[in-house]
Amino acid sequence: MKPMLNIALPKGRLGEKVYAMFEKAGFDCPAIRETNRKLIFENAENGVRYFWVKPSDVAIYVEHGVADIGVAGKDILLEYEPDVYELMDLDIGKCRMAVAAKEDFYDDPEHTLRVATKFSNIARNYYRSQGRDIDIIHLNGSIEIAPILGLSDVIVDIVETGTTLRENKLAVVETIVPISARLIANKSGFRFKNEPITKLMEQMSKLLEEEK
Amino acid sequence: MNIQDTIFKNDEKISYLLRSLYARYGYSHFKMSQFEEYDLYVRNKDFLISDSIITFTDTNGKLMALKPDVTFSILKNSKYAPGSVQRYYYNENVYRVSKDTQAFKEIMQTGLECIGDIDRYSIFEVLTLAAKSLQTISDSCVLTVSYLDFIYEIMDSISLSTDEKNAMLKCMGEKNLHELSKLCAESGVDAARADALCQLASCYGKPETVLPRLKKLLTGLVKEETLASFKNLMEILMSARWSEILRIDFSVVSDMKYYNGIVFKGFVEGVPVSVLSGGQYDRLMEKMGHKSRAIGFAVYLDSLRRQNMPKNYDADVALLYNEGVSADGLHRAAEALREEGLTVQLQRTLPPKAKYGKILQFQDGEVTAVEADA
Repeated sequence: MKPMLNIALPKGRLGEKVYAMFEKAGFDCPAIRETNRKLIFENAENGVRYFWVKPSDVAIYVEHGVADIGVAGKDILLEYEPDVYELMDLDIGKCRMAVAAKEDFYDDPEHTLRVATKFSNIARNYYRSQGRDIDIIHLNGSIEIAPILGLSDVIVDIVETGTTLRENKLAVVETIVPISARLIANKSGFRFKNEPITKLMEQMSKLLEEEK
Repeated sequence: MNIQDTIFKNDEKISYLLRSLYARYGYSHFKMSQFEEYDLYVRNKDFLISDSIITFTDTNGKLMALKPDVTFSILKNSKYAPGSVQRYYYNENVYRVSKDTQAFKEIMQTGLECIGDIDRYSIFEVLTLAAKSLQTISDSCVLTVSYLDFIYEIMDSISLSTDEKNAMLKCMGEKNLHELSKLCAESGVDAARADALCQLASCYGKPETVLPRLKKLLTGLVKEETLASFKNLMEILMSARWSEILRIDFSVVSDMKYYNGIVFKGFVEGVPVSVLSGGQYDRLMEKMGHKSRAIGFAVYLDSLRRQNMPKNYDADVALLYNEGVSADGLHRAAEALREEGLTVQLQRTLPPKAKYGKILQFQDGEVTAVEADA
């Protein structure tokens, strides 16, 4: 029997899009299309096993070797800095990590900047590179509300279309880094399952080329 | 009865086997004290895997550290003698911050250092011991070897800042070609060099497939003698009996301030992180004012713990007895079971939460089985 290639996919629309790409690349697992609440799907004949996991947990599954490969957003990779290979930019799930503030915000350099964010590590690293003194306020959701209520001066968050910001009278001050989905691999798994991983990468590159 | 199989955990067994392997190659056991002066580590903190160190003030007022590393202690005591090489192995507990828990952990580490007039043979010997160490741990293993001098020569031929070089090395270590090409473009690296760096980062395979590609890729970008020296070393390694597990992988990178030449990492199937890591660190020796060159590696025994078979119960057998039975008879019945290789615990009543393979009762000189739920 073929050794199984374990793949962690992010639950949700992005994961479904990624699975469609993997399917086209020859790594199909028809059971995944069935409507049920199962989280693990296997196609022994094709040597693949897929798991649906929370998007922010994909990198953890891959780093710990439970999944050999997975797809995670660049935001998660920058925030948690997992020790994994970042093999490909899949060019989907595109957005940007940005600093946003109230439309009339003035950045007073003499004042310690209060930054509300879910991405503390990214915010800390960004402002350290700017030599700026900041206080981080770690929030778990509804980040946009923080500057409106005076909890923070700015926020560091993912911006897709900018609609939520506009509706809350906020504006992007600066883009920190563009974000997209990345194919990641466990460093040990990459060595012991090199053949299927290399095959998947080749097929995916072809697909990405065709879509350009 | 095989004592090792029943009593020793996998990582303990491996630790003994590795010590005997290194001793056979003439490496002497380096035993160090629990503490070192903090000063020893402070100047080269980046060389350490984690830069957090547990410190305390000794009775004489000196700032001491619980050792986070063994290499520095070995280097401190090494003396240069032209033409000779000092060989040490160690098996020590070190204290580091674990990446998973962000808390200090005591970690058992085994490894070896080869210090002095290092020649091709010494490098071959150290790589052979690294390969044999991996084979001691598992039949399914891989030793991946990289050559930093290629990367250094390409980067040094272009004017790049240290930050730019480190960012590129990080991308190489992640096999992150999309960001690496972006960085090269932003730093004004010419197409040939950018392509060489990207191809080196993506390259992974057996030496016989990778070596021919390298010549084509690197000619004109690195010195001919650098290319020849790597090829020569690889040819020696390919003739070794263990060459089946050898792979070339230039994503194995290390800190530019300390390492040079050959660097390597070892992996075994089923363990998600590298279990062995090492390389040549002549740059560290130079920084520390030593004339000698050096190469060594460490085996991270803590990463092997997950391969230990978990115990399913407290003992194979619980032998129950009532007060007043013949002590001699009970002892003999228990000994007979132990001679069969079973672990036996004597109890009058079963302790709460305890688990046993089977429960037996000793009564009237006889041993009888008891129903598990009785």
